Amino acid sequence: MFMFEKAVVGSRRYWLWILGLFAVIGIGLMFYLRQFEEGLAITGLSRDVTWGLYIAQFTFLVGVAASAVMVVLPYYLHDFKVFGKITILGEFLAISAVTMCMLFIFVDMGQPTRVMNVMLHPTPNSMMFWDSVSLFGYLILNATIALVSLSAERKGVAPPSWIKPVIILSIPWAVSIHTVTAFLYNGLPGRSFWLTAILAPRFLASAFAAGPALLILLCLLLRKLTWFDVGREPIRKLSLIVTYAMLVNVFFVLMEVFTVFYSGIPEHQHHFQYLFVGLEGHNALVPWMWTSMALAAVALVLLLIPKFRLNEKILAFTCGMVFLSLWIDKGLGLIVGGFVPSPLGEITEYAPTIPEIGIAVAIWAIGCLMVTVFYKIALSVREGLA
Amino acid sequence: MSMDRKSFLKITGCAVAGAIAGNKLAGIDVEAQDGSAAAYPDAKTAKRWGMVIDTRKCLKAEGCDKCMAACHEVHNVPEVPTKEHEVKWIWKESYEHAFAKETEYPNEELEQLDVLVFCNHCDEPPCVRVCPTQATWKRDSDGIVMMDWHRCIGCRYCVAACPYGSRSFNWSDPRAHLDETNLNYPTRTKGVVEKCTFCDERLAKGLMPACVEACPEGAMVFGDLSDPNSEVRQLIREQRTERRKPELGTKPEVFYIL
Repeated sequence: MFMFEKAVVGSRRYWLWILGLFAVIGIGLMFYLRQFEEGLAITGLSRDVTWGLYIAQFTFLVGVAASAVMVVLPYYLHDFKVFGKITILGEFLAISAVTMCMLFIFVDMGQPTRVMNVMLHPTPNSMMFWDSVSLFGYLILNATIALVSLSAERKGVAPPSWIKPVIILSIPWAVSIHTVTAFLYNGLPGRSFWLTAILAPRFLASAFAAGPALLILLCLLLRKLTWFDVGREPIRKLSLIVTYAMLVNVFFVLMEVFTVFYSGIPEHQHHFQYLFVGLEGHNALVPWMWTSMALAAVALVLLLIPKFRLNEKILAFTCGMVFLSLWIDKGLGLIVGGFVPSPLGEITEYAPTIPEIGIAVAIWAIGCLMVTVFYKIALSVREGLA
Repeated sequence: MSMDRKSFLKITGCAVAGAIAGNKLAGIDVEAQDGSAAAYPDAKTAKRWGMVIDTRKCLKAEGCDKCMAACHEVHNVPEVPTKEHEVKWIWKESYEHAFAKETEYPNEELEQLDVLVFCNHCDEPPCVRVCPTQATWKRDSDGIVMMDWHRCIGCRYCVAACPYGSRSFNWSDPRAHLDETNLNYPTRTKGVVEKCTFCDERLAKGLMPACVEACPEGAMVFGDLSDPNSEVRQLIREQRTERRKPELGTKPEVFYIL
């Protein structure tokens, strides 16, 4: 396999990490086999809350995948050389995130063995059809780009010229994957929480904050654990992107809050009330949502004040807060909040079960494994050159 | 190399031809299934099936569950004990829930009203719009929103799309929750969505929907909405009827006399 030989030589620490991930994946697989056997009844999902942790993770990770565009666009369209060292990291992160997205969709299926029906009976009026097309396309694009540019780097030659249009295509494609993902939700007549035109822009804004925040953390981690140092400049520029995206995201959320509460339409208000103050005594998500809000507020202050943003130690914490805040917002509240109350006014609360969490954690572990192996390969190629 | 390429083209060519032939066969199959209502001489047919529920008559027999019992028995609808995993095709909902109406000054009669709810067989069904596999579709011949339980992948997008909560997902094996099985109707497997189909299988045999037939009060009237002389149209013309959430543009084809 292509350059995979680089991934099987590593230190003791590297192998322990890999084995640990495999253990987590193994446990998740056992849980999944149980779900496959018994059905989705082993999750916390219900008649009223039919999508939960899986679909929410999928939604969040589409954002992480799309955010690769934040390094690809400046580098390739604006010839912004500072990102030269990290574009490959962004692309590999995107590949891993898209794979996780697909796995999260897969484990959410009631009849997973029939999943190819989506391709066998293509249905252009279904947003889910377009979502699978765009995600699959994005995976192919990024895999091609990463592979071609890395092998060129290894040979010490310039990448072939045909790859440039592919890279350019990947830029609007990244925007499309998250837009179509938002369309999954905001085209449903009975779900007032999602029935808002700002959903897609909001998705993109939060993605462009969470994704680069994760990339900063990964760069800092690489500097700590390996010989590879991206340098201070790319991290500075990335943190600036996180700042702007986070500001825009908060702005969008506030616009949403204004529209919902100033218009005062109960159907639209109920979901926000459920998430932030609880509805008729049901308030499982209230502490989560306020944690998300608090993290976002603190992170914004730390991002906006240059002294804190430029301090990489503080920045690491800030990025962690941004990531966690948006994960709660999108990977938890956004999906569940849309289902409570139900269109019939029923309030059913949702909490993921242990098997469900086990399966979700295993998919995250697969993502970590992919990132580890890909980064290992990329770094080994560069080490060979150095 | 050129030999390889030749044989490759040959194989792919055969595969494509095979796929086309396969689709053709499948197409014929679907057609036969789709036109089944017309295929039998006794079949009840209409251009647009619809229903009128007279809640005043329904109320006369309080505690009556004959329509629900009949439907669930005929269609092998499982009795799932846990409320959050319930499967139901027809059930009673409070007026407030069914019509999504909140008021601080309740009307006594409406407050006590239990409304029969089931699939509205919308003329603009959001569930059909979102289904990624066409496992649910609106039948051209009579407007019934149908389900193919063998194609459904269990993504539950239709459940999210339905503003009436009319769709149930099988969270576990439904056969484990059946006391008796009607062998003339399929049971379902876990992981697929199901709902009322206006008894398409009974219409094909010239029978009325099971709920309509079971109602001792004649509170459920089933008929052709496209025919101005049909009983349903007459009721709609003469009585004040309401539909559930008409403002969503789904054009539900079940009308309520309150």
